[in-house]
Amino acid sequence: MSEILTFKDIWVEYGEKIVLERVSLSISEGSFVSIVGPSGAGKSTFLRLALGQEAPTRGQVLLDGKTLLPQCDPDRGVVFQRYSVYPHLTALQNVLLGLEFAKSPFLGRLYGKARRDAIQTATDMLTAVGLQHNLNIYPSALSGGMQQRLAIAQALVKHPRVLLLDEPFGALDPEIRLEMHDLILRLWAEQGLTILMVTHDLQEAFKLATRVIKVDKRRHDPHAPHRYGSGIISDVTPDKTKPVPLDVTTLLLPSSDEV
Amino acid sequence: MDEDGGRERLVSALMRRLINIKPGQGAAFMLGALPLIAIFLLYVQAAAERSAANAADKLLPTLDKMGESLSRVAFHPDVLTGKVLILSDTIASLQRLGVGIGIATVVALVLGLALGVVPLVRATFAPIIATIAVIPPIAVLPILFIVFGLGETSKIVLIAVGIAPLMIRDLAAHVAALPNEQILKAQTLGASTWQLTLRVALPQALPRLIDSLRLSLGPAWVFLISAEAIASDVGLGYRIFLVRRYLSMDIILPYVAWIALLALLMDVILRGISREVFPWYHGKGK
Repeated sequence: MSEILTFKDIWVEYGEKIVLERVSLSISEGSFVSIVGPSGAGKSTFLRLALGQEAPTRGQVLLDGKTLLPQCDPDRGVVFQRYSVYPHLTALQNVLLGLEFAKSPFLGRLYGKARRDAIQTATDMLTAVGLQHNLNIYPSALSGGMQQRLAIAQALVKHPRVLLLDEPFGALDPEIRLEMHDLILRLWAEQGLTILMVTHDLQEAFKLATRVIKVDKRRHDPHAPHRYGSGIISDVTPDKTKPVPLDVTTLLLPSSDEV
Repeated sequence: MDEDGGRERLVSALMRRLINIKPGQGAAFMLGALPLIAIFLLYVQAAAERSAANAADKLLPTLDKMGESLSRVAFHPDVLTGKVLILSDTIASLQRLGVGIGIATVVALVLGLALGVVPLVRATFAPIIATIAVIPPIAVLPILFIVFGLGETSKIVLIAVGIAPLMIRDLAAHVAALPNEQILKAQTLGASTWQLTLRVALPQALPRLIDSLRLSLGPAWVFLISAEAIASDVGLGYRIFLVRRYLSMDIILPYVAWIALLALLMDVILRGISREVFPWYHGKGK
């Protein structure tokens, strides 16, 4: 499988504070990569780099071999924990939006046959995430899980090269969360997606991902806690033939050569 | 039995803390009407007493007297101009108010969006707008009279200049406070700055603009009446200040009530439009 997203010797610093240091990572096409780590270890920074929301202080982020501009573009789709969908648009309009942006640069709206085609595409996408019966409902009337389904449909209708998920199921009930796991695994398989997901839930990471990456500080100076940044301390390929063990923390112990 | 139940309810109501006693819908309406009715009755009583003591009293005219004067200005053409006074006053005032508010609203929408969406525009123009906003508009009224003359323009400009800065700042703050996730997401969906403004920022700004317009109606009326009081020959404010010379409370009071009614009506209409056009803004999802 070919490399799609590459982090090349990345450093991220905010003034004195070093967040990430000498991080290199290649993500191959079709993989489901999950980034885990303690709060504040910089796992969301990873996602912001991939999204283009911020630029690394040093190093490069490459998508399909090309350096990313520090801004978001339609080749990367994203689903945040919250606020991913637009409250002023119905479910259908939320998904239509991406199609309208592409084809109508001035008005941002489609009419006639182009609109009917777009509605068909959007409806198919909403059906794929199980929202075919909620097309004309505003997000405020949808449950948290359904809002996330909508956010996923909205992102996927653009066929992004990489789908970025930032704690996408963090605010959901355990039961709904399981349903969402099934949904995202099905979409990943059906549509051949490449997914980069940040989560603090280790079980979730091991259940979903083909590759689990733990981000944490390699060294720690108690007198200068910001002196050292985080790096990749373990990179694990879960055994998909066995069920996820109850305690997965031991699987993520740092490999000896990294320490 | 029933009486016991009623007493129990009353006792249980009195046992609770004051903050926990909440009126029902009917009770709330009655409570709200109470002060209005009290003021009305108080006025009728005081007017009757003064009228009994001095039939020519001007300060607190009875309802009869107000009715007579009102019918003179409302239902009979003026002998000098041949026009119905309250009608021509109302039309003149509403025209000034409408044009002034209209200009302020359009300017607030365009600048508010630009300031809220584009950081470069915000950095460039936010300080100057903040500076203009702290100048009391009435203080620049003489300048407006000098520049635009005593005609309609200066009054309209006063209203627009008076309410626009606050509306611009309110709208810009509201747009800038849209969750950053929404802005990032739109870009991942392929939106240009223009498309993002048109499809994400504008629709979410409009109901807020109506809110801020409703709040600006009060100040707008203040500026209108002030400008009319100082230099005009027709208008609701002009009439009130004109008849003040003759202590004509019988005209002033109905005019004030009429202005209050107009202002209330505008507010109700704007709220209705907002609820109808932007159901999602008012928490109605379907």
